[in-house]
Amino acid sequence: MTQHVSPPRGSADKVPSVSESSAWRGMFARADVRTLSLLGVLAVLVLIGGITKPDEFLDTRNLQLVLTQASVIGVVTVGMTFVITSGGIDLSVGAIVALASVWATTVATQEYGFAGILFTAVIVGVGCGLVNGLLIAYGAMVPFIATLAMLASARGLALQITDGSTQVVTVNSVLDLGERDAYVLGIPPLVLVFAVVTIIGWLVLNRTTFGRRTVAVGGNAEAARLAGIDVRRQRLYLYLLSGLCCGIAAFLLIILSGSGQNTNGNLYELDAIAAAIIGGTLLSGGRGTITGSVLGVLIFTTITNIFALNNLQSDVQQIAKGAIIVAAVLVQRRTASTT
Amino acid sequence: MAPEPPLLSMSGITKSFPGVRALDGVDLDVQAGEVHCLLGQNGAGKSTLIKVLAGAHQPDTGRLRWRGEEVALRSPIAAMRLGIATIYQELDLVEHLSVAENVHLGHEPTTAGFVVRGKAARQSTAALLRRLGHPEIDPARLVGELPAAQQQIVSMARALSHDVRLIVMDEPSAALDPDEVDNLFRIVGDLTAEGVAVVYISHRLEEIRRIGDRVTVLKDGRAVAVGLPAKSTPTREVVALMTGRNVEYVFPERPTAPAQGEEPLLEVQGLTRQGEFEPLDLVIHPGEIVGLAGLVGSGRSEILETVYGARKPTAGHVSVNGRPLKPGSVRAAVRAGIGLAPEERKAQALLMLESVTRNVSVSSMSRFSRAGWIDRRAELGAARAATRELSLRPDNPSVPIRTLSGGNQQKAVLARWLLRGCRVLLLDEPTRGVDVGARAELYAVVRRLADEGLAVLLVSSEVPEVLGLADRVLVLREGRVVHRAPARELDEHRVLDLVMEGSPAT
Repeated sequence: MTQHVSPPRGSADKVPSVSESSAWRGMFARADVRTLSLLGVLAVLVLIGGITKPDEFLDTRNLQLVLTQASVIGVVTVGMTFVITSGGIDLSVGAIVALASVWATTVATQEYGFAGILFTAVIVGVGCGLVNGLLIAYGAMVPFIATLAMLASARGLALQITDGSTQVVTVNSVLDLGERDAYVLGIPPLVLVFAVVTIIGWLVLNRTTFGRRTVAVGGNAEAARLAGIDVRRQRLYLYLLSGLCCGIAAFLLIILSGSGQNTNGNLYELDAIAAAIIGGTLLSGGRGTITGSVLGVLIFTTITNIFALNNLQSDVQQIAKGAIIVAAVLVQRRTASTT
Repeated sequence: MAPEPPLLSMSGITKSFPGVRALDGVDLDVQAGEVHCLLGQNGAGKSTLIKVLAGAHQPDTGRLRWRGEEVALRSPIAAMRLGIATIYQELDLVEHLSVAENVHLGHEPTTAGFVVRGKAARQSTAALLRRLGHPEIDPARLVGELPAAQQQIVSMARALSHDVRLIVMDEPSAALDPDEVDNLFRIVGDLTAEGVAVVYISHRLEEIRRIGDRVTVLKDGRAVAVGLPAKSTPTREVVALMTGRNVEYVFPERPTAPAQGEEPLLEVQGLTRQGEFEPLDLVIHPGEIVGLAGLVGSGRSEILETVYGARKPTAGHVSVNGRPLKPGSVRAAVRAGIGLAPEERKAQALLMLESVTRNVSVSSMSRFSRAGWIDRRAELGAARAATRELSLRPDNPSVPIRTLSGGNQQKAVLARWLLRGCRVLLLDEPTRGVDVGARAELYAVVRRLADEGLAVLLVSSEVPEVLGLADRVLVLREGRVVHRAPARELDEHRVLDLVMEGSPAT
């Protein structure tokens, strides 16, 4: 029903006003500053890698490796970005990846071949997300607690299934995806999946009603409710989405490692949250950026790679990651207060 | 002239928040040993003023003198050191700590600087509680286990545990029974006898008569009356100051032929919420504006939110166009064509990080989307059309909503429902935080929407606003309709009498 909205009138309508275009540019520029500064950090890291290990770091195989490693955690981070944008948190992503990867690689599942493994990984991920979502949206549980419980249970179940052993994948069609022969124009299939998930995630967050509702729920849940949005259903969908991303990530991890282990996905929740936060997604909700999250993932993966090439231990890596998180948040707070 | 300077004197205090000027040059002076009452409607600036006094907000401009010396209250600790204690309306106690721990929070008696002497704390707390007439409260109990009235006493004991010269009490009687209020007044009397000054905030005029010495009335961030004698100023004058007759209202003309005979658009039958309001019957035809007049706590907002489905009724139902709505469902109400402009615009209506466009389109996204995919050009065009229809400024829906003034933010909320094609508009304090010039414009917008066939239900604590804008008025007192009449047949004094005295409906 549109009877109350008359068409724009007056001659001023034809020409967009000056203030409008500059306001657009202003909003665009602000988003750009954030993206550019993340790109700058990434460029500095590449420079450091190139200087310290010129032959090894810039080698094509190494760059392919970095991107492949980024793919698994990257897919998880896309889902996490949606959840955090809605004002929630999902601590169970690493455990869901573990559970999905072992369930999809049991002897029984592997009998169904490629489709069986992919289907099981995705269904287990979505199933865990459904439990999270129902507890949070309709059980009125705090996301932190509900997903913490899922973290514990899913890891426990993963251990029970494997009994601590590594489940080697014998389905060749799955393993082949990790081989160099499967690369498309030099790009590993895993990286292609990551790219597709990223693009879809960006479009959903920025161009669809689903994305708008996510932002509205995170920005002001009460206002969203009074505006007629079904806040609870939206929350349910968001945890389903995060679970789906975990299922896809588990499949990628199976390809990458050729096995399923109950220790898979260890501390993914921290990496994904950290990547989203340094990317510019507000932990309090209401603003999220897929581009930022992906850059955050690339920054972390590149650091890990450079440190490994320089034979630095993982303890030093962890310290560096912590420092970057603090620095990124401090910088963002400053830009937020000046705008 | 008093021979001594006042204990506290504030002059020209201003404080702005994005979009709202909360304090616009307030003066206040408080003498030692007096009870100085602060009156004003919600949103008049009382909370902001006492937060400035408590050191929780820093004023933008203005001067503050304490016993004649200019001071700056840079933090709550600085205010406390001077001897200013504040008892907030929402009690700021830690539920999981004991009474004694709460009373001494931040200044625990210690040995060697850090070992808390629990027994000493309990003993001094017990002494304070005796002084407050509540020796039965056990200092070792957890605050969360106490009833609200006793928590209030604990809060007061905490204030007195400091060397206090000025106590600010924000609606201390709101949670108390009558005999507890008597005890509160006795305490206030004891304090002032010792030379302590009390700044007392309340909506209840009879309380101010009983204990107040002087009254300062706030309205729209300004002190419209400073230091009136509390006992001798006529009630009517005080209320008139609060509800703001000093402001020139410009109301649009009512249609000459009132909407009659047509099918009712909104029907409310026996709608009840236990403890909030009694069964309510109400019919609004297309083109009609019905106003609910009443003081804070009369059930006005609760009625509106229950009609909207944001609160679930204990009994009764709401129908739009003769079709009953599912009770307690906002989505059912929105689907049936009801829109709400809520009382707390920022907390309940706006997405402050987003643009005007997105705030306007949030309730009608399906109109600009196919399979969930948003056509942003169509969205921007529709948002622009809707905001232009309401002359929203700036004429650019892409700007962030937080940069808009209060009046324009309210227009954005109205544009949201306009775009949705809503038929019934519920307005809760539509001009709160809206400056005088923009009000007339909002009134005109609301009247025009009614003329176009909407049914409007209006709630306002400003009596002239209800009388000027509405066609028919329901006067509420304590959740009950005490009078119904066409707005033309009422005047402000009559409504104020009804609101305060509650003479039964004629």
